[in-house]
Amino acid sequence: MLLRHTKKASEAVDRKALTINPAKTCQPVGAMYAALGVHGCLPHSHGSQGCCSYHRSVLTRHYKDPIMASTSSFTEGSSVFGGQANLLTSLSNIFSIYEPDIVAIHSTCLSETIGDDLKQISEKALADGKIPEGKFVVQAATPSYVGSHVTGYANMVTAFVDKFAFKTDEKRRQVNLISGWVEPSDMTELKRIMKVMKVPYVLLPDTSDVVNTPLTGKFKMYPTGGTTIAQMASMGDSIGTIGTGAFCTKDAAIALENKCKVPFKITDVPVGLRATDRFIQAVAKMAKVSVPDEITKERGVLVDAIADMQQYFHNKKVAVYGDPDTITPLVEFLLDLGMKPTAIVSGTPGKAFMKNMETILSEKCPEAKYLNGPTADMYRMHTWIKENPVDLIIGNTYGKYIARDENIPFVRFGFPIIDRIGHSYFPTVGYMGTLRLVEKILNALMDYQDANCPEEKFELVM
Amino acid sequence: MTKNLKNKNLPDPIAMREEIMKKYPRKVAKKRTSAFVVNDPVEIPEVQANVRTIPGIITQRGCTYAGCKGVVLGPTRDVVNIVHGPIGCSFYAWLTRRNQTAPPTENDVNYIPYAFSTDMQDENIVFGGEKKLKEAIREAYNEFKPHSIAIFSTCPVGLIGDDVHSVARDMKAELGINIFGFSCEGYRGVSQSAGHHIANNGVFKHVVGINQEKKLTTKFRMNMMGEYNIGGDAFVLEEYFEEMGIDLVASFSGNSTIESYEYSDQVDLNIVMCHRSINYIAEMMEKKYGIPWFKVNFIGADATAKSLRKMAQFYGDAGMIKATEALIEREMAKVKAVIDEVKPKVEGKTVMMFVGGSRAHHYQELFKEMGMKVVAAGYEFAHRDDYEGRRVIPNIKIDADTRNIEDLVVDKDEKLYRPDLQEKKAALEKQNFEFEDYVGMMPDMDKNTLVIDDISHHESEKLIELYKPDLFCAGIKEKYVVQKSGIPLKQLHSYDYGGPYAGFEGAINFYKEIDRMINASVWKLIDAPWKLEPEIVGSVVTD
Repeated sequence: MLLRHTKKASEAVDRKALTINPAKTCQPVGAMYAALGVHGCLPHSHGSQGCCSYHRSVLTRHYKDPIMASTSSFTEGSSVFGGQANLLTSLSNIFSIYEPDIVAIHSTCLSETIGDDLKQISEKALADGKIPEGKFVVQAATPSYVGSHVTGYANMVTAFVDKFAFKTDEKRRQVNLISGWVEPSDMTELKRIMKVMKVPYVLLPDTSDVVNTPLTGKFKMYPTGGTTIAQMASMGDSIGTIGTGAFCTKDAAIALENKCKVPFKITDVPVGLRATDRFIQAVAKMAKVSVPDEITKERGVLVDAIADMQQYFHNKKVAVYGDPDTITPLVEFLLDLGMKPTAIVSGTPGKAFMKNMETILSEKCPEAKYLNGPTADMYRMHTWIKENPVDLIIGNTYGKYIARDENIPFVRFGFPIIDRIGHSYFPTVGYMGTLRLVEKILNALMDYQDANCPEEKFELVM
Repeated sequence: MTKNLKNKNLPDPIAMREEIMKKYPRKVAKKRTSAFVVNDPVEIPEVQANVRTIPGIITQRGCTYAGCKGVVLGPTRDVVNIVHGPIGCSFYAWLTRRNQTAPPTENDVNYIPYAFSTDMQDENIVFGGEKKLKEAIREAYNEFKPHSIAIFSTCPVGLIGDDVHSVARDMKAELGINIFGFSCEGYRGVSQSAGHHIANNGVFKHVVGINQEKKLTTKFRMNMMGEYNIGGDAFVLEEYFEEMGIDLVASFSGNSTIESYEYSDQVDLNIVMCHRSINYIAEMMEKKYGIPWFKVNFIGADATAKSLRKMAQFYGDAGMIKATEALIEREMAKVKAVIDEVKPKVEGKTVMMFVGGSRAHHYQELFKEMGMKVVAAGYEFAHRDDYEGRRVIPNIKIDADTRNIEDLVVDKDEKLYRPDLQEKKAALEKQNFEFEDYVGMMPDMDKNTLVIDDISHHESEKLIELYKPDLFCAGIKEKYVVQKSGIPLKQLHSYDYGGPYAGFEGAINFYKEIDRMINASVWKLIDAPWKLEPEIVGSVVTD
């Protein structure tokens, strides 16, 4: 057994201080990922070298593509006397050597604990002539002891909106789409949906063609993708903003409303049938377009697949862990499939999660156990599974240890996925993305059945 | 005789260095030039190493915590390693280094697949985190009843004044198991290297030699140091030692237990694999217990044979020498069969390698065996002695960053000291048997090759452009940057999830792997066929 010391929930101690096998990581990695979704932007980690190294490593393992970012390389001296000198030197070196259009600085627990003020230091850099003409510096406070990787992403997206969006006298017939933390393939799918709906849009951030680039024989420090400065600037004149996922996008949508009076609507990340329905309706309503037949057809195809294969989902118990913006609509969808999501954890703190879970689960799956925030970790979920076994696990790569020990089918979904490819290229949002998710769930369950059923029960046609 | 690497196809190293430095601001260029050296294996030039990375430079380096928890303590399976800090540090060091471990039975402990953290929140930073840490230790004890618990400090811990050592003492008294802390905050040093030193100090102070109840009775006892069992390297070596009749008491730290460290003072010999990360414990054990150490290298078939022979020679036992020779003869036959097949396909290919604090030296052995040319190499977190050899240690300038890391004062343990081993050492030294020996990377590299410490992204990108090497060796952060240029990159931290690469079996795996990487069809398929055709001008006409 890999996780040989994990106990049943009824035998495990009640933990308040110790997290075991976290279902979250820290803010800065989210800020780094969000900053990669802006064209010509170099994320910069203001802290020890290790932060930058760890974040680049996990993102690289997840995308199998270059993840470029720089660091202030704190040592003991900077930690005692403040990191201002390190940041000023960093900015001057970065603009001369790596020539980005934007440096997106995020803080770390170290720089926040000593009280470095990123905005003030950036202003000083500008005054000292360390920021070349036409180049920009953006700052987001992302202390690791607050929130999670999810809120780090939200803070960086908000920083971009704050910095670049502005209002002119000319209204633009376009919708701002502020995306929650999803894959580059999902960003591409969101853009395709907007095109099919004939709605002009700005997508922020947009990591497609940044972290899933082609092999051409030439390394590009700043790949072709990413939201441009001009696009971000124009967001202040849009007719409205749609944010997909409240945890990741609500702050940015509010910032944009405050700054440029652009109204907003927050929907779920469009994972699953009904979350996609709500997203499509929100776009149609905001842009005042009717939903094109092509979208309705895609929806029909998804419903058809669910209807055809319903028997394989029915009453199957599922354990789910991950980020609130994506697992909330996922849990709703699992119920629509006829499944029972009985064990759910999300390390990201926030009261909304528990409320949403209660609303979604109380009627259809009252036996479900769910928790978020500190100690809502994968160890806890595993103790629940040991008490009340499940038929399927959905979550990031770390779930494979539980899946193997307990012999449970496993679908990879979320961050990080560091042992399989696919997420960079094939989406799980929209009706077509959800169809892929359905296929993955079915494959996991049916492969399990094929491998484990008695020979006389082995089915040719399923 | 040393070869002079003057190849018509390779650029002049001095001119090339100037070309690379051009992009840098003046101050940066000056600093980086001292770390960017043209090698001379006879008149070894000085390399700037173990100094701060310039802020803003895209570096390979990590932090002190990574060196302490991630590298040295991470691979030990019977200790609950609690990371005191916000969640990220524990998360990123969770299973990512591929330290394999094999508990003897299903009932033996193994905490490696678990990540433990105090997940510090805002209020713990403001009001202090000691209370939460104590509670976390209690919870870990109550849930798992572990043999021992280690605490690792992350950046904010030192700054807010949490004293992990006093917490460890209190909790040790309360719970009655061994509990010890490490002040390995990320910012403590200039790289992971500071963390290795801190880990060595902590293990030596709190664990080594604390079990004097258990008395070992085997004939030839040894510890292996600086072998982390990535990809199963240690498993291969363990078999050789067993065949030679050596009792491997403790491994620091691949496939190891804290329990075995507790009586690891009862050996005759320490062999050191990764000099950079573990030489401290070897030296301290010699001072305290009189146990001699020497450097070994199990990367490369010839190097493995040489190291095994040296070990057998140390023990001087006829049976062991015979068994060792038989082992080498048997394994070398297998090695030869593969090298004869692989060498013609890779001979003359050029390699660059920038990794670790030992690996960029060790792996040159394997490339030499394949007839490949290492044109540039460097470490990520080494010191000057790892480049130029231990003879430079007295001349290394001790700067403020190094002074931060405690150098333990170690005294001779009058009761446990082994004068017999020191006499044996002296006798062997008379026969030119070398102890405490590490000559460094540079004597083993050709003249005019490049030696670059803490290489930056800009430098590696330019090197690739100017040298067009056939293979690049580094880590995960560099992997796809290099491969986008159409050049395969072999990861020498994680082995690209393959291995083992140690010993004879490992050498065979490595030869095959490098052949696979360099000669894969995919590198010839990068250009679309129409890119090579003349452009078709015109338009589609419908009838």
